[in-house]
Amino acid sequence: MLAPMSTKTKTAAVTVVVGEEELLVERAIAACVAAARAVGGDVRELVATELEPGQLAELTSPSLFGDEPLLVLRDVEQTGKDVADELIAACRAATDAEEARLVLVHRGGARGKALLDAALGVGGRRIDCAKVTKPGERIDFVRAEARAIGATLSDDGARALVDAVGNELRDLAAACAQLGADTDGRIDAAVVARYYRGRAEANGFAVADRAVEGRLGEALEQLRWALAVGTAPVLIASALAQGVRALAKVGSAASRGLRGGDLAREVGLPPWKIDRVKAQLRGWSPAGVAAAVHAAAEADAAVKGGGTDAGYALEKAVLAVVAARDIR
Amino acid sequence: MTVFDEMIGQQRVVESLREAARGVGMTHAWLFTGPPGSGRSVAAKAFAAALQCAAAEPGCGVCAGCHTVLAGTHADVEFVRPQGLSVGVKEARELVGRAALSPSGRGWQVMVIEDADRLTEGAANVLLKAIEEPAARTVWLLCVPSAEDLVVTIRSRCRVVSLRTPAADDVVAMLQTRDGVDETTAEFAARASAGHVGRARRLATDKAARDRRAAVLRIPSKLSDVGACLDAADALLKSVNAEVAELTTELDEAETASLKEAFGEGGSATGLGRGQSGAAITRGASRAASSALKELEGRQKSRATRTTRDALDRALTDLAGFYRDVLVLQLNAGVDIANTDRATEMQALAENSSPESTLRRLDAILECRVLLDANANPLLTLESLMLRLRDG
Repeated sequence: MLAPMSTKTKTAAVTVVVGEEELLVERAIAACVAAARAVGGDVRELVATELEPGQLAELTSPSLFGDEPLLVLRDVEQTGKDVADELIAACRAATDAEEARLVLVHRGGARGKALLDAALGVGGRRIDCAKVTKPGERIDFVRAEARAIGATLSDDGARALVDAVGNELRDLAAACAQLGADTDGRIDAAVVARYYRGRAEANGFAVADRAVEGRLGEALEQLRWALAVGTAPVLIASALAQGVRALAKVGSAASRGLRGGDLAREVGLPPWKIDRVKAQLRGWSPAGVAAAVHAAAEADAAVKGGGTDAGYALEKAVLAVVAARDIR
Repeated sequence: MTVFDEMIGQQRVVESLREAARGVGMTHAWLFTGPPGSGRSVAAKAFAAALQCAAAEPGCGVCAGCHTVLAGTHADVEFVRPQGLSVGVKEARELVGRAALSPSGRGWQVMVIEDADRLTEGAANVLLKAIEEPAARTVWLLCVPSAEDLVVTIRSRCRVVSLRTPAADDVVAMLQTRDGVDETTAEFAARASAGHVGRARRLATDKAARDRRAAVLRIPSKLSDVGACLDAADALLKSVNAEVAELTTELDEAETASLKEAFGEGGSATGLGRGQSGAAITRGASRAASSALKELEGRQKSRATRTTRDALDRALTDLAGFYRDVLVLQLNAGVDIANTDRATEMQALAENSSPESTLRRLDAILECRVLLDANANPLLTLESLMLRLRDG
């Protein structure tokens, strides 16, 4: 519900959007632009690096019909010193304005920090759009998305959705919207499984792990998914090689009686990885590991142009690695 | 002294090249073939010098013509030495233009392409017409390991000169007289390099090269279990990479620095104002600089890959030499063994394995070289090789 104009809270004249998470940045900008358009304002959007010194004054001056425009500037951290100084001056000048005048988009980080501090120093509003990196944050994000569209998302549903759709926020937001529209608004793990079956973050490492664990069906399924979502065959081949190499190194070091920290130093892998490889090692013989290394090497040569079909070469390698596990 | 002195153990070839330089049997395109180390590029260079020689007997080695060709500064002799992985169409077109020029002196316009096997098929086709019917005083000298390495259309337009692997005694004599190496070292180097003249000289004069070879030859006795094979592959690759870094890093840095300087980066006076138009010009210049820098980095990367491959290939050749000797011992073949310094280990391996498994090991090494050439992951390929060398 809109408040009457007279009691309208004062919008920030200067807004700084800080961060690299593209979806959030775009949304923040879109909100500012929509607010400005809603009161009939003019909006000009451009990339800060294209600004010539002196051009800023022209851009911020009122249009023919009297309104001063909202100026959206992207990549402000890339500007040269001349333009940055003008921007700081423009921020100061805009402070007392009644309407939004400037939206500065800054990637964060040390570059262009002086400009960022100056803009915030004169009372600019800061919107943080830091890169979402932790799984927990992604779960919070999908929860917020579901809330925003009026759906309820259960805990296991949120986790399943993040596992199934991946790390890209845009994909997650789209998935939330789709699920919200397709269901009666109650989303749980069963619903997610019905729509997004199988496709987790399919990558070469998942293929390699399943293969050395001897789970042929799952390994092939992961391989198909990985190829289908566009993982480069070379990366899958190299992940397979790394998996097999870890087996060989940990296996031979452990058979020499190395334990714990010594073992980790010897093979150059972090301890958590070693525990996992040790679990994978059950059932492998040295001859089997050697055969698996050959299979990985063959696949590597094939995906680099030695063969005609990378997918076939990788499937063959996965089959060979799983079969090598039974060599005594 | 003549320019042909550098050609070791190639008397018959030297004779025909001398005749050609005198004008008997001279033709417009020559193809120097021979196994690695037989001195293809040395022969091409000597012949180029003889063609520019002013003396009555061509190839005197002392006149201005001979001297400048050998020093690589003669105006009418163009040496093409591919440093990257291949020679492309663009470079070939430039060569065609150069080949159409008349020589500035009285002799020939000589175009020498070392490693002509690195011509891409497209580049070879670009050169074809220029090689088939060059300008009146232009002559092409191409060097390839074997005539089959060139497309047949070029091959058929050249007179082929086949060099042979020089005998060990010739190499020993050369090392002693020219490089002043003592007899035992010369003997060792000549045998260990199996007739590869450049390699023999390197082994005779460079201790680091001898150490690297010794390390490679120790590998077969180290392959006890799977882990040891992986370690051996890792160690070999690391030592090769260290060798390559030593060769290329300094060169890369010097090239990058000089390019940056050429674009005025880091210089104090750019000569451009700080005004609006000045800023625009500077931006354009810095864009050009960064694209030139990218191109240079691409060339450097290609060169580093090639250098790594060459170094790995040397190591694998040494390793193949080891198993070749083992096979000689197993079959009582009655020919000299090359790696006399590892005789005890080879004897032990010869007794504990069959000739069949030695042949399988040799096959594995050759296959590994092919795979590396096809851009396979070096570490993985070497690991696979070491495991196969262990299993026999």
